[in-house]
Amino acid sequence: MLRIENLSAWYGEAQVLRDAGLHVDPGEVVTLVGRNGAGKSTLLRCVMGLHTGWRGTVELGGTALGNLSADRRARLGLGWVPDDRGSYATLTVTENLTLPPTVGPDPWSLERVYEAFPALYQRRNSAATTLSGGEQQMLALARVLRMGARMLLCDEPTEGLAPLLVQQVGDLLREAKRHGVTVLLVEQNLRFATSVADRHYLLAEGRVTAAMENSEVRSRERELLSYLGI
Amino acid sequence: MTALLQSTFNGLVSGAFYALLALGLAVIFGMLRVVNFAHGAFYMLGAFGAYVLLAEAGVPFWVALVVVPLALALLGMALERAFIHRLTRLDPLYNFLLTFGLTLILQDLVKLRYGVQSSPYEAPAGLRGSVDFGLFDFPTYRVFILGFAVAVCVGVWWALARTRVGMIVRAATERPELTRALGINVGRWITPVFGFGIALAGLAGVLAAPMRAVNPLMGADLIIVVFAVVVIGGLGSIFGSVAAGFGIGMVQAWAEAYLSAFPIVAQTIVFIVMAAVLLWRPAGLFGRAEAPA
Ligand SMILES: Nc1ncnc2c1ncn2[C@@H]1O[C@H](COP(=O)(O)OP(=O)(O)OP(=O)(O)O)[C@@H](O)[C@H]1O
Ligand SMILES: [Mg+2]
Repeated sequence: MLRIENLSAWYGEAQVLRDAGLHVDPGEVVTLVGRNGAGKSTLLRCVMGLHTGWRGTVELGGTALGNLSADRRARLGLGWVPDDRGSYATLTVTENLTLPPTVGPDPWSLERVYEAFPALYQRRNSAATTLSGGEQQMLALARVLRMGARMLLCDEPTEGLAPLLVQQVGDLLREAKRHGVTVLLVEQNLRFATSVADRHYLLAEGRVTAAMENSEVRSRERELLSYLGI
Repeated sequence: MTALLQSTFNGLVSGAFYALLALGLAVIFGMLRVVNFAHGAFYMLGAFGAYVLLAEAGVPFWVALVVVPLALALLGMALERAFIHRLTRLDPLYNFLLTFGLTLILQDLVKLRYGVQSSPYEAPAGLRGSVDFGLFDFPTYRVFILGFAVAVCVGVWWALARTRVGMIVRAATERPELTRALGINVGRWITPVFGFGIALAGLAGVLAAPMRAVNPLMGADLIIVVFAVVVIGGLGSIFGSVAAGFGIGMVQAWAEAYLSAFPIVAQTIVFIVMAAVLLWRPAGLFGRAEAPA
């Protein structure tokens, strides 16, 4: 579904990705773990077409994305859940959900979103930034599901969430997977990662240095946690 | 009491022009991140357009009110495609140089053809005379301007708040990058929004023709106050620009009426208010600090 090869990226002179490569097969949930500043968000921004200084190959469903603009990429089925949750202060909750066009064959309806998240329904006419952090996270996830995106790029969706909400994010991702959605998930919480994902990549100093199965992550948990500095 | 009402009414009428111009600047700035220093020149072109159409082709005010803003919108969109869109990746200094340069070119072109003297333009037949409000009379044409400008502002607010295009404009104004990443072709809306902002300036110009002296510099004088209005309301804030437009119009009229003993204060009241607002709220009354991409 998604294939990244020899991806390098720069901020001015500073190189943050160095020939990074990974792939996510259709229907898979794959996480990308790495220390703070390793370049995880930058990698997602490159896939989304939002980063300017880059080189390499990014393919979605077998076609190279090249210099395609971010909006064209989204309409090909990429759904970005940014690390800051991407809530609009000047849009209501409903508008935040209905702003993007539907891009996939199986978009969630607004009714379905509100059935799944009664808290969002109750606040549907409020500015999205007045929601709690957890509600804003659900909103960001619900938004890409309502688009019908086939390939989600989720940037630390559990960061700062209470355990119950972390579980809810997990349920949502598992349900998306059941419906054939593919997910690349940036995640620091290894327990959560192994509970939702099929495979894992480790990003270190801009390179993908390890590809791990769930069992390997579980057995190396201590080592990985101390490496990640958590 | 009568004097107060009368100066308030006059202030609201000047405020109507400020509001229409500031509104156009705000939607343009929101979508393009360009401060259009040529806005006053388009206002002047609006007034001249009405004058030329009437003097040379006998086209009446009501037709000009529709045709001139549309024509200026087209001119604005052409200029946006040809020049303004190149500003996105450049230092803001080029923003000033280009749009200010455009102002000088447009002003001088008009000067070349029509000179600097003011051209007379009569109010349309139905709007001459005055309306009796009991305590005082008020020129019918001014009542019309006030009602018309308020209707336009409400209409724009409604379009922004309730239509899909309005939602896209709000989203792209607040977070352009995220909006593109959510599948919206933001670039496609930029030229029409610029044209729309210019049309509002042109509309204000047509409305001004029967009331203000029509000459090539009429926009240059007005636009300085309008920039103060935009800063007071909060750069890019739609509501702020309209509210500050009417507010500043009234403050100016009151200062003229009641501070005539201190002409320096009365003449500079707008800038005194602006400085005070900036000290208190650096982003303007309704402005927000620039959000992330
Ligand atoms: N706008 C920017 N300008 C310059 N450098 C940047 C910018 N954004 C990120 N960086 C740098 O690039 C590197 C990678 O950043 P990135 O946000 O991709 O890391 P990350 O793995 O997502 O980290 P985190 O876990 O903190 O989210 C970091 O060293 C960061 O300081
Ligand atoms: Mg990050």
